[in-house]
Amino acid sequence: MHTWTLLVALLAAAALAYHVGRKRAIATAGGSGRINTLHSLPAYYGFYAAMWAAIPALLLLGLWLGVQDQVITTLVKASLPPQSVAELTPGALGLLMNDVKNVASGNIASGAVTPAIQTAADHYARLQHLARWTQWLLVLAISVAGMSFAWSQTRPTMRARNRVESVVLGVLILFSSIAVLTTLGIVLSVVFESWQFFQKIAPSEFFLGTLWSPQTAMRADQVAADGAFGAVPLFTGTLLVSFIAMMVAVPIGLMAAIYLSEYAPRKVRSVAKPLLEILAGIPTVVYGFFAALTLAPVIRDLGEQLGFAVASESALAAGLVMGIMIIPFVSSLSDDVINAVPQAMRDGSYALGATQSETIRRVVIPAALPGIVGGVLLAVSRAIGETMIVVMAAGLTANLTANPLASVTTVTVQIVTLLTGDQEFDSAKTLAAFALGLTLFLVTLTLNIIALHIVRKYREQYE
Amino acid sequence: MNALASEIVRDTGAVSAADLARGGHFSGTIGDITTPDPRMVCREVNVWYGDKHAIKDVSLDIGNHQVVAMIGPSGCGKSTFLRCLNRMNDTIDGCRVRGSITLDGQEIYDKGLDPVPLRAQVGMVFQKPNPFPKSIYENVAYGARIHGLTNSKAELDALVETSLRKAGLWNEVKDRLDQPGTGLSGGQQQRLCIARTIAVSPEVILMDEPCSALDPIATAIIEELIDELREQYSIAIVTHSMQQAARVSQRTAYFHLGDLVEVGETTQVFTNPRHKLTEDYITGRFG
Repeated sequence: MHTWTLLVALLAAAALAYHVGRKRAIATAGGSGRINTLHSLPAYYGFYAAMWAAIPALLLLGLWLGVQDQVITTLVKASLPPQSVAELTPGALGLLMNDVKNVASGNIASGAVTPAIQTAADHYARLQHLARWTQWLLVLAISVAGMSFAWSQTRPTMRARNRVESVVLGVLILFSSIAVLTTLGIVLSVVFESWQFFQKIAPSEFFLGTLWSPQTAMRADQVAADGAFGAVPLFTGTLLVSFIAMMVAVPIGLMAAIYLSEYAPRKVRSVAKPLLEILAGIPTVVYGFFAALTLAPVIRDLGEQLGFAVASESALAAGLVMGIMIIPFVSSLSDDVINAVPQAMRDGSYALGATQSETIRRVVIPAALPGIVGGVLLAVSRAIGETMIVVMAAGLTANLTANPLASVTTVTVQIVTLLTGDQEFDSAKTLAAFALGLTLFLVTLTLNIIALHIVRKYREQYE
Repeated sequence: MNALASEIVRDTGAVSAADLARGGHFSGTIGDITTPDPRMVCREVNVWYGDKHAIKDVSLDIGNHQVVAMIGPSGCGKSTFLRCLNRMNDTIDGCRVRGSITLDGQEIYDKGLDPVPLRAQVGMVFQKPNPFPKSIYENVAYGARIHGLTNSKAELDALVETSLRKAGLWNEVKDRLDQPGTGLSGGQQQRLCIARTIAVSPEVILMDEPCSALDPIATAIIEELIDELREQYSIAIVTHSMQQAARVSQRTAYFHLGDLVEVGETTQVFTNPRHKLTEDYITGRFG
């Protein structure tokens, strides 16, 4: 007698309703030869009946499951002997109720099972049993009621197709709003936690302070720093790594795009473009250990030979590898916008005696520039939000430096280190991660909005 | 050259539309393909797009200070032929050109000849106005900048002004030369494209249906302009409008399915066509 059997029963009811509704529609039309007198095809009347059989019953079931446990718990609480409950704190009462539930379902209770608990448990089990039966009866009754309502509605003039389609529309809206609401929920939770953080640490210290040392003592006898939450070194670190990444990705990506869209023969293009896009498919963790284990030592050795002091985890290594990761973003977005420049532009330039490279430099690239800038901005927001490569290759020390050979840390790396492991959610250290996350989110959101705006404006120009 | 030309000119007159439709052999162009003072001389030009034989043995002279109109139904090869004259077909994959085309006696399909400077000598105006997404000034200055035609800002300014004046656009745009060329009306854009072409001082201007995207008033202005430009340049124009061909051209060439059917003085072709196909097309029986 589980809930899922009830769901199966509802499904069966819906199937039955479909069949009955369809038959009923044909009957009201006066036989299968007169289907054309119906407003909609018989199958729509079937779907209409199935919807009435399933949807109200499902809504009731969902509502029931939402409140059943609370109602039963309240009833059992009320039935407990008042003198044994009176002096309990809310927490202790919760524990007592847990024991009652455990006994009722045959699990081990936390302490000795007193007669009072036993009685309450029996009462709990009885109520649950009753609730389950009532639930079954009620849900199936609603289903049958829905079915008979559909039956009574079925006549040739009923616009079953339109009604079914409006329900389908409702379902589509429901599912699309799930994505939007989830985003909204995430944003709200981040904003809420950040709010708590800014109650403890002043925003001016967070956004302007230059010392980042979030480790705080968890117990009174621990020796640890007091905790400093100046996020400026994280912002500069993020910017430094992203800047190096863009220095790699923009020229390489752009030139690759120009070659592929303007010069490459079709055969080369059909092979090279997918190959380039494979770069985008490599998991970032693979890039990360490539950066940490292969590139970083190479850079350090090279730097030492040239007489530079290079940290074993340098911003340069992380930035270079991140740049390689972003190349396909830049190249495929640029490729798209370059291809969108009308051939008439190129023809006009050729007809004035311009060579191919002059045409590209003076006409195609300027015409595609807004789109290219949009693509680059999208790549920047991707670079800022990138986590795995910097976690593995950039380091953890918050240095306020512009030296690419030094170890820096980024916003994303700090969020990872602040939140991995067991954390207490009332300390500024944990909440700092949410403030960082909010900052990151706002920056990338702004970049994306600007980029999409530029790209859209550019598209309109040629359509 | 004259011997060759006279050999090619064969006045058969006996080929009917039905013959052509049946795939019967087309025996040659009717009318005089030559002019006394040719700028460009095309002989037995053939063009293939992949396997498709788009132009078949077309021979035609483009006369000096003259407008040649090319008419014919869609897909007859007139635009393809036009694009052969400045080697714009080179940019199309799978396009092959055979035959001889000379500009002032110089073979333009010579292996050693670079098509890039050729296109500065033989300019082209396209069907749809295609100004660059730059200012009006930069649009006109584009060719001069590429070819280094001017030595100072003042010279460039003067060149832009004269080109815009010749294209009859100067008075309309002189106060907003720094505005984007794409912001002009369709007819103004097309005149801007003509000014851009004139600025590199070509010898021949090719026009591929230059008015098909324009309203009648803009069309009339462009047609007037074409008539003025004839005094300095040789012009070949492809058009779908027979009235336009009659108004602007001195010679008319009628193309049909890749063949050059008939060439002649414009007045003769329109008043007294000698080939059945030409007559049918001009009287509006098909096309």
